[in-house]
Amino acid sequence: MLEIVEQQLLTPAGLEQRHLDHVLDHLLGHQIDFADIYFQSSRLEAWTLEDGIVKEGAYSIEQGAGIRAISGEKTGFAYTDELQLPNLIQAADTARAIARAGQNRSIAVTAAGREQQLYGATNPLDTLSRDTKVELLQQVEQEARSQDVRVSQVIANLVAAYELVLVAGSDGVLRSDIRPLVRMNVHVIVEQDGRREQGTAGAGGRTTLEFFSRDNRGLELARDAVRQALVNLSAVDAPAGAMPVVLGAGWPGVLLHEAVGHGLEGDFNRKGTSAFAGRLGERVASPLCTVVDDGTLAERRGSLNMDDEGTATQQTVLIEKGVLKGYMQDKHNASLMGVMTTGNGRRESYAHLPMPRMTNTYMLAGEQDPAEIIASVDRGLYAVNFGGGQVDITSGKFVFSASEAYLIENGKVGSPVKGATLIGNGPEVMNRISMVGNDLQLDPGIGVCGKEGQSVPVGVGQPTLKIDELTIGGTV
Amino acid sequence: MMQFDQQQKEAQLRQLVDDVLREAVRQGASSAEVAARSDMGLSATVRLGEPETIEHTRDNSLSISVYFGHHKGTASTAELSGEAIHEAVSAACAIAKHTAEDEYAGLADAALMATEFPDLELYHPWDLDIQQALGLAVECESAARDYDPRISNSEGATLNTGEAVGVYGNTHGFLHGYPSSHHSLSCSVIAQQGDSMQRDYWYSTARSSAALAEAADIGERAAQRALARLNGRKLKTRQAPVLFRAETAAGLFNNLVHAISGSALYRRASFLLDALDTAIFPQWVNVEENPYLIQGLSSAAFDAEGVATKRRDLVADGILKSYVLGSYSARKLGLQTTGNAGGVRNLSIAMGDQDFAALLKTMDTGLVVTELMGQGVNQITGDYSRGASGFWVENGEIQYPVEEITIAGNLKTMFRQLVAVGNDDDYPGSIRTGSWLIESMMIAGE
Repeated sequence: MLEIVEQQLLTPAGLEQRHLDHVLDHLLGHQIDFADIYFQSSRLEAWTLEDGIVKEGAYSIEQGAGIRAISGEKTGFAYTDELQLPNLIQAADTARAIARAGQNRSIAVTAAGREQQLYGATNPLDTLSRDTKVELLQQVEQEARSQDVRVSQVIANLVAAYELVLVAGSDGVLRSDIRPLVRMNVHVIVEQDGRREQGTAGAGGRTTLEFFSRDNRGLELARDAVRQALVNLSAVDAPAGAMPVVLGAGWPGVLLHEAVGHGLEGDFNRKGTSAFAGRLGERVASPLCTVVDDGTLAERRGSLNMDDEGTATQQTVLIEKGVLKGYMQDKHNASLMGVMTTGNGRRESYAHLPMPRMTNTYMLAGEQDPAEIIASVDRGLYAVNFGGGQVDITSGKFVFSASEAYLIENGKVGSPVKGATLIGNGPEVMNRISMVGNDLQLDPGIGVCGKEGQSVPVGVGQPTLKIDELTIGGTV
Repeated sequence: MMQFDQQQKEAQLRQLVDDVLREAVRQGASSAEVAARSDMGLSATVRLGEPETIEHTRDNSLSISVYFGHHKGTASTAELSGEAIHEAVSAACAIAKHTAEDEYAGLADAALMATEFPDLELYHPWDLDIQQALGLAVECESAARDYDPRISNSEGATLNTGEAVGVYGNTHGFLHGYPSSHHSLSCSVIAQQGDSMQRDYWYSTARSSAALAEAADIGERAAQRALARLNGRKLKTRQAPVLFRAETAAGLFNNLVHAISGSALYRRASFLLDALDTAIFPQWVNVEENPYLIQGLSSAAFDAEGVATKRRDLVADGILKSYVLGSYSARKLGLQTTGNAGGVRNLSIAMGDQDFAALLKTMDTGLVVTELMGQGVNQITGDYSRGASGFWVENGEIQYPVEEITIAGNLKTMFRQLVAVGNDDDYPGSIRTGSWLIESMMIAGE
């Protein structure tokens, strides 16, 4: 793979490996402990259907190199969208100036890891013709409209991205990755007697666009979005207050992303700003909970052959039977904390600095039948679909917003309720998980995680689970 | 440090935009529009008194929309080499051959193009070297850390300074650009007492360095905010008045703007459908948009389609007077563009005569919201449910901090139940408002 990426990324700019060594040599030796160069080239194509027609198509190009120089706890960073050697040297000069600011403390950075091939290297922009992409969206639209006469608007998006990445580090790393990523989203609005509601469904992964035509997956998304919108059309006001909450399997795993995931990123724990800082080995969740971050799942949206520092991704156990086992690390934080990187060093692009980020974060299956879990609740909420979430990693408070939820009454799923925000404290809520289902499911491939202004694709997952008490932000 | 010759840059980008427009026409486009931009900046972060990161930013971008009759294609590139631009133009043209005919697609009307370009004083470069940038960040963070012994940790302070040149052109012959600058200083610290650990931040942002708040004031305010949150309690679930502190009230403005924006309206995805010329607020509410504010954070004489922007009332005497439209959504709705392609520019609400303390007295008993969490707003129905933290108020005085609660209601009702807007518009940003007192909302807690 390295050769292919070198040919496409470096050769057109007249760059060879010896030039990269030259730039890295240029960076080191000025009290710089570690440096790396990150080359990236990406192409993205997006199509939008609305009002029954595919009215927009957009193509975008991004290419450049980011140069990072680390001196102890300090990082200098510069980037360029011109890949010629003089531009790289200039960026290197700028980045290494960090060593002159403040104190210096020496660190040693190491990383390695096996080579792995978790997804194909085919460019997903090319495998379907543009006509076929347009047709695919039209079929999705027709499927949605044919479900119900109350469907008043269908908006469908199809996105394919293809990214080449090459990392050269002063620790000897020289690795590349080819990263395809596709996604489809269907947004449906239904209207009845003046009341309007919406439903959304999406899916994707590191694969080609055939993902959506194969097994009629695109049509399935259309049906699911309509189903959800119609459910919301009959939704009653959501309750307000604390009560038991059963979360469905799959995408509701956004709970884990917010309640524990961010709080276990290495940077926050090194700095002591996370509610989980200094708690390794302590019980932070109910013993039913084992939570992992796993970047090695084939073709998953959050998976990577290597992270953005050239380290192979891995499965990292974060919480095992309720006990905090480890943090997610990139090279810099790992070396400052005296541990190994876990292959979680990620960045939005060459123009952003890497930091510890999640890949696919999920809870392992338990033993309970999901039906038993629902049957155990006298009065509570059953939430199966969510919008976004947010966490304050210092106080541990987090929210996530249900977009499809039902009341549970006397152990049975009852009326659908309007969307509501759920709020809790990460460690407290994790300790209140009293039942875990045997139905582990990963999300369909739609997650985007934001941190310090940088967005990266991620995955989440969980089995059906019960939280004994969680605050529901309804109105009645 | 900065070596940004903005005049030369602007001339280069104008030439580039002009060349690209010609190339699009050569490839058969009946009309086209191109925006190009170059940004350059410096970001310096210190943490616990020591430099942490220094980032040099330098970004270029070009985006093009081509129209073959009423078929549209768009492309963009973050790299301005000849090859990349050629690839982008070709891709946009190829895409336009596959998109459906859309009678509403096209440039804004030629007659609406801006013809006057007053100097809005948006360009104030800051000749700041790395040591000076770090120095200001240290001063800011130190003020926060020294403010109180309970400030136990820090996420650091960051000085950002940047300048940019943006040029927009279309095949009506419109071709204009201007330079701008933006600077900010922010600080985020952690207060700790017993088991309670709370983080909060403050910042200042402006077009010119002279208009930034003092570094020490920003730091002290960050410290005060973090300290005030210590030992927060939950509330019992109840209905109560809610006072949105100015910085959170600005978020309600964003919900309003979204609901009256063209794309939400023509998709019928707004809780304010058909609300034009109807009362959406009490009679005393007036909201103005002023794109011509000197040094304004969102000021501009023309929008993202070259259309002249206008100072106007969005809401007058509580009545919605205008939607927020670009040319596409305007045509879909059978209306005229309001010059809002790319968004609204410097909104302000006419403020009352009550300061924050007076608003507390007016509320008497209720919740002050200083932070909102999550995205729990349904723009189609107006249903609103978000995580919140702030303070519980009794007898017109703050009693204790509260956290881990939600507030819920419906935006349509909340707008109508606006009791007062304060004159305490003491937060940074392009939306000017004081705090909003809402008659009643559902608070969920224990």
